[in-house]
Formats: sequence, structure tokens, C-alpha cells
Amino acid sequence: MRARLAAWRRLLRPGDVLVVLAGMGVCVHAALLLWRGGAPDGAVVRAGGKVFAELDLSRRQIVEVPGPLGTTRIEVEPGRARVVADPGPRQYCVRQGWLSRAGAVAICAPNQVSLTLTGRGADYDALNY
Amino acid sequence: MTRSTIELVPTVEDHRIARHAAAAIVLTVAEAVIPLPLPGVKPGLANIVTLIVLARWGWREAVWVALLRVFAGSLLLGQFLAPSFFLSLSGAVASLLMLGVAMHLPARWFGPVSHSILAAFAHIGAQLMVARLWLVPHDGVFYLAPVFAAAAVVFGLVNGLVAARLLAELQADDPGGPATA
Repeated sequence: MRARLAAWRRLLRPGDVLVVLAGMGVCVHAALLLWRGGAPDGAVVRAGGKVFAELDLSRRQIVEVPGPLGTTRIEVEPGRARVVADPGPRQYCVRQGWLSRAGAVAICAPNQVSLTLTGRGADYDALNY
Repeated sequence: MTRSTIELVPTVEDHRIARHAAAAIVLTVAEAVIPLPLPGVKPGLANIVTLIVLARWGWREAVWVALLRVFAGSLLLGQFLAPSFFLSLSGAVASLLMLGVAMHLPARWFGPVSHSILAAFAHIGAQLMVARLWLVPHDGVFYLAPVFAAAAVVFGLVNGLVAARLLAELQADDPGGPATA
């Protein structure tokens, strides 16, 4: 069995091994690139039903959104976003924590602010917790 | 019966092409019997013949054998001018072009396995392009690209190894024969 495998291996030339490895690299790269389902590529903040800001999820930032009750603070980190503080009485959108999948939504209804993650290949139209 | 005034005399080369094409067609038809989970993922055993012809007799004969195989194989399987015929034709043309380039790689380093894998990638690349532009005009077809790429590596490696083995045996049987670079 071993000798047979060795006989097959002798048919491989050094460059062939490189080509096989490069081919596997292409597979892994293609899979990572094309099967990145659910990763968000941006965030949309709405206030009073209108788009207040479209955020890029590649860098850290804090956005302050004015609403009828006061200011809602939204924090963005690479690949995720959350509502840090909201003047609403029940704090549902704050307690949702970090949103990290495309389609995820945090709604601060009393202050009329919402945070939505957008992305190609989202598994769902909207995600809520 | 009147005798035909035109007489076609097949050359030695013609006979050789016909023999190799026949072997490739047999492999194509035999392979069509194997059930496969995904459309488009096929071992492509007939390409072993193409690789051997390329190494022993050059690119021109490899083109003849591969294209005859695509046409005759699709006629036998009843797929002539069906979408799958155009997919295999585009794949065959792309892989022949790739082989035309790859055969000039230094033979000390790159053997039939490299030729096979590079041709397999050219094959799936062309098929994906045809599928995207014509059959399924949606980016969803690229979702399957990693599967096709994995198949290209696995089947390219296996076909290349089989071709290399057969070339070594042919060389051993006939040391005075054509070079098996």
C-alpha cells in the first residue's frame, strides 16, 4: 500500500505540488469570499421615519441622533453596531446589545430611532430579538 | 454503381486522432452513467486522453481529439446543441487554450498534473461565465464556484496522475516513441 502511494507520488513534479496548493488556496479564498452569508456591510440609522445616517461598518464611531424625547447614541465598531444609550422608558433597543448580522434591527420606538444593518446575502429581511 | 471520383486517403495522423477520440468518447459515455450529486461536477475522465495526446503528439492533435469528443459525445448522449453541449464546448475550448499555454511551462517542474489542474480551472471558469451570461443570468451561480473549484482540484489531480502514470507506461513500452515531455 505504502509502496503504491510512493509510486503515485513520484509522478508529481515539484511545480505540480505548487499548482495543487494554489488550487486549494483558490477554493478556500472563493469559499470565504462567496459564502460570507449574513456579514453586514453597513448600517442605516432612521429618525422619525427618515434616513438620518448611513454608516460604514469599517471604522469605530459614535453617532448622536436627536428624537422627540432626547438623544439616542449609536456606537459602531468594525463589523457591528449597537444603541448605547436611549431616553426611552424601557430600553429595549439598548438591551439588544451588539447587532452583527445583516438584517438585524434595533428599534427605539419612543424616540422614533431605528438602527438597521444592511448587507448582501442577508439570510432574513429583518432580525429582531 | 458509379465510382466516386473523390478519394479521401486518411493519413497515419488521422487514424491516430480517430483512435484517441474514440477512447475519449467511450470515457465520456461511461462517465455519463455515474450519478453525481451536483450538475456540472464531473470527473472529466475523457480529459486523461487529451492530456496524453497533448504530451505525446502535441497541441494540434489534442484540439482535434477534445473537440471530436465533445461533438460525438453529445450526439451519443442526445445533448447536441442543448445547453449542456454549449457548456462542455466552452469548457473544452477554454481548457485547450489553457493547455496551449501550460504545455510551455518548464517540463522539469510542471507535469501532466499541473496541466490537468490548470485546464480544469479554465474549464469551470468558462462554464461559469457561459452559465452566468446566458443560462442563469444571476450572480447566484457564483455561489457554487467554491464547489466547482474544489472539484477542479480533486479531479484535476486524479486525472493528471492517471495521465502521468499512463504516459510513463507508454514510454516504458516504447522507448523509441515520441517524447513524453
